[in-house]
Amino acid sequence: MTVAQSQTADSSRRDFLYIATSAAGAVGATMAAWPLVAQMNPAANVLALASIEVDISTIEPGQLITVTWRGKPTFIRRLTADEVAAADAVSLDDLLDDNARNGNLDDNAEATGTNRLAAAGDGATEWLVVVGVCTHLGCIPAFDQGNYGGWLCACHGSEYDSVGRVRVGPAPDNLTVPPFEFLSDTRVRIG
Amino acid sequence: MSGPSTYAPNSGFTRWMDARLPVLRLMHDTVITFPTPRNLNIWYTFGGILTFCLGVQLVTGITLAMHYTPHTEMAFNSVEHIMRDVNYGWLLRYVHANGGSMFFLAVYIHMFRGLYYGSYKEPREMIWILGVMLYILMMATAFLGYTLPWGQMSFWAATVITSLFGAIPFIGEGIMNWLWGGFGVDNPTLQRFFSLHYLLPFVISGVVILHIWALHVPGNNNPLGIDVKGPQDTLPFHPYYTVKDLFYLSLFVILFALFVFYAPNYLGHTINYIEANPLVTPPHIVPEWYFLPFYAILRAIPDKLMGVVALFGSLLTLFFVPWLDRSKVRSARFRPTYKILFWVFVADCFVLGYAGSQPVDGTIAGGAISLLWVARLATAYYFIHFWVLMPFTHRWETPRPIPDSIAKPVLSGAS
Repeated sequence: MTVAQSQTADSSRRDFLYIATSAAGAVGATMAAWPLVAQMNPAANVLALASIEVDISTIEPGQLITVTWRGKPTFIRRLTADEVAAADAVSLDDLLDDNARNGNLDDNAEATGTNRLAAAGDGATEWLVVVGVCTHLGCIPAFDQGNYGGWLCACHGSEYDSVGRVRVGPAPDNLTVPPFEFLSDTRVRIG
Repeated sequence: MSGPSTYAPNSGFTRWMDARLPVLRLMHDTVITFPTPRNLNIWYTFGGILTFCLGVQLVTGITLAMHYTPHTEMAFNSVEHIMRDVNYGWLLRYVHANGGSMFFLAVYIHMFRGLYYGSYKEPREMIWILGVMLYILMMATAFLGYTLPWGQMSFWAATVITSLFGAIPFIGEGIMNWLWGGFGVDNPTLQRFFSLHYLLPFVISGVVILHIWALHVPGNNNPLGIDVKGPQDTLPFHPYYTVKDLFYLSLFVILFALFVFYAPNYLGHTINYIEANPLVTPPHIVPEWYFLPFYAILRAIPDKLMGVVALFGSLLTLFFVPWLDRSKVRSARFRPTYKILFWVFVADCFVLGYAGSQPVDGTIAGGAISLLWVARLATAYYFIHFWVLMPFTHRWETPRPIPDSIAKPVLSGAS
């Protein structure tokens, strides 16, 4: 058998070996790389962050407190009756984001004033609990600033209203309402 | 690094070495005999200056890392420890911090030089592309390093820049948690940023070698933008350009020293001397001066995703420059229209930089003009310059007559 003949006879077998070897190598390299990439994801101790309980008995209507939940500032605010009425009166057409972004409601819930707020026990629907992180690029908005009775983010100029709905961009979403529940009239558990 | 070698080893050791590892031949051909156009001006000395800057950042960075602690509880105090306790720690830190600014100053001059003299044009496209890669690597390294002192500006810069990835639909939040190693910028973030800040300068060093390798294939462009026609057009790199580079490097180091010794915090932000507080965003956050034009582009667009697209688009645009400029004439000296457009573009970059430095609701001319709209127009012009003006200028531009060779105008005293 000449050299030329042997190359023709073996070529398909060689091609198969090249492809099989390369494929096995590629799969192996990907599997070896996976732990190196995945190690950067949140570690078990970070994921295990417990929920927090907050005493809200001393908060008067109109007052705001800031607590830390999952390392992020979380605003708890008791709205005045006038503010609740004003928030309900806003038409959904005037909102930039008409989704309630409320972790306690259905994903499609509309961003009405009521859907953004909650009631403690038999009290009025007057409690706002939102993660205080601007949905644009993560700055902390400042309260009682801007033109909508709520927050202004100084970083890039987003404005939120009294129930944390975005009214001026560039922020795309309303402030997030985290999952929470009232344990009693005076205690709330977030997370 | 390429082309015929004229190296002739003249001792027993160098002959022995040359037959085994011809590193002396490489150095000889690269920095001694390399034929260099005889008409290079001051703007061509910034390649050497940039190499110097990289060396300074590596040396001061490695020594600073001997004293710095990458932990949220200790990082801020370890920087103050460097400033107050470590022998010459203040000097190392001020040189490293201002060195970053000097590095960017030099790279911007180097890039504008390339744009003015058409250094990105055929056959030098790869030099330009590697240069843009180096620029983006520099930006990443500077951003990572700025986080390490763990001051207020460090923390919020890290938050805002990593949050850019949140604009990506569907997977954005997952990417952010992966970058942070948590649900916000925290200790895992700081530790990985330190690791990567230490790594990237070595990646930069590797790409610099490719950049110089690619340069030494066609050789330097020059202010006339015409090809070298023969030995009469060139000079050996040493001593002519080693000395010229050293002279201008000395002037550059004087400027560097003025900042380090007389105004070490002039280019920084005082608020970064307040320790990071994840619960309070400073009222006015701004990046370092060298990122201001891109920050203005990000803020100019009122939509989160499109703002991020514009920011990255403004950088990625640079990769296409060799193919966007359709004129056969390299140097702006012989391109009357492009020369004007070049300077308008430089002015545009300064306008963007100013807009990026001001509060988001800032105004000029006594409140008559909103800076946001200035930034929007300047952002539009940035893209128009590259994607509209560059590809079409040559159609209505009549180039001035081009000299026959480099040697002719140099020897006759005309430019």
